[in-house]
Amino acid sequence: MYPSRFRYEAPQSLDHAINLLHEGAGEAKVLAGGQSLIPLLKLRFAAPELLVDINNISGLDYHRFEADGTMRVGALCRHAALERSSILASRAPTMAAAAPLIADPIVRNRGTLVGSLCHADPQGDWASVVTALGGHVVALGPDGRRAIPITEFVSGPFQNVLAIDEIAVEAVIPAPKGNAAGGYLKLERRVGDFATVGVAVAIDTSGNQVTRAGIALTGVGGTTIEAAGAGQALVGRPLTADTIERAANLAAEAAKPRTDHRGSAEYKRHIVHTFVTRILNRVTETADKAA
Amino acid sequence: MTTLYEEIRPEPHGGIPVRRVTITVNGEKRVAEVEPRLLLAHLLRQGFKLTGTHTGCDTTNCGACTVLVDGVPAKSCTMLAVQADGHEVMTVEGLASASELHPIQEGFKDEHGLQCGFCTPGMMLTAKALLDENPDPTEDEVRWALSGNLCRCTGYQNIVKSVLWAAAKMRPAAAADQDGS
Repeated sequence: MYPSRFRYEAPQSLDHAINLLHEGAGEAKVLAGGQSLIPLLKLRFAAPELLVDINNISGLDYHRFEADGTMRVGALCRHAALERSSILASRAPTMAAAAPLIADPIVRNRGTLVGSLCHADPQGDWASVVTALGGHVVALGPDGRRAIPITEFVSGPFQNVLAIDEIAVEAVIPAPKGNAAGGYLKLERRVGDFATVGVAVAIDTSGNQVTRAGIALTGVGGTTIEAAGAGQALVGRPLTADTIERAANLAAEAAKPRTDHRGSAEYKRHIVHTFVTRILNRVTETADKAA
Repeated sequence: MTTLYEEIRPEPHGGIPVRRVTITVNGEKRVAEVEPRLLLAHLLRQGFKLTGTHTGCDTTNCGACTVLVDGVPAKSCTMLAVQADGHEVMTVEGLASASELHPIQEGFKDEHGLQCGFCTPGMMLTAKALLDENPDPTEDEVRWALSGNLCRCTGYQNIVKSVLWAAAKMRPAAAADQDGS
């Protein structure tokens, strides 16, 4: 399959890239990992006049923690880099759990977290993870930088709020309020399939109290679902069988699954409950072992 | 120099300038003029006549078109040829030396790692990247690494055996190199 014809530019600076997008007047697309965009081009669901390839811009492939615990993921940080990261497992367990479950190993070599967020596929895994973590996207445009909370960044299926001359340069995860814990579980029919159900749980704990909790769901609605009530039910409380059950019930209620070839609505709702319970039980088991 | 746009698009190409790319393919520097929309898989197959790279699903699912870009597996149907400019690409044709098969190829032969053979080039290149990084993988690690490459003959058992065979064969050589002997 051949994409429609487009002009191609591979600028070496963000300023140049933004100028090109500005001149493109809405008919330009940014190419990062290309693992969603190139299939869209081939199917001609997307037919931009200009492709601005940002892969030759240096200094965008980082993921790092600031001194205060804030985590930053650059626009060219590949899924594989997060999967192999030595700093993620202990400090960002929800992200560490999700990274190996994105697409398949070959796609992870090229695809990027920030690109996934921009692509805004309602079944994208990273959007749930970043939502559960309360993260935001930093957009850079002619007028400078702005931070956009992930819940506002995605405006609909395959739509984001970036202006035509803005580039998403990084995703930012705020520093945890205490110890970061959590996980991501994904039910898929085979490697590389979209999630039948995905559940991201990110909680911060201090002593035995939950200080912050975020729960977000993949594949059980028209968009990523933030189960805010389920998270809120945990805050200020210890993780016990009762509080976990309550959060799992609220998350299952927040899901809006549809029956399709991947499973019935009832089944998917059940899996949401199971996954929330499983992740939180693992958190308590890990904490018990450490104590 | 290869000018592939003439093959795929004989009429004038809509005012879109073609781009000259220089790609090191299997150790040899190749120059081509391509339309920006040309996929790497098509440049390799139609432009450079390296038809060992197979296009299977053409939708980023199957991994048959996997090549190594700077040593890292990439689906060449999901990469533009212009993106390979200045990079090193290895296709299945680059595995064997003039005189002998690569141990991974030997392994696939010895352990019956192929039936129809369509997925084999992608399987072998993904396996090469794995063994370059991890010379002594467990069976689970092999399965994990190959999980983006589909075999419709469902011959996974023997594919995994083939990669483990190659790993065992390559290890003494790697150890000897390290000893300097």
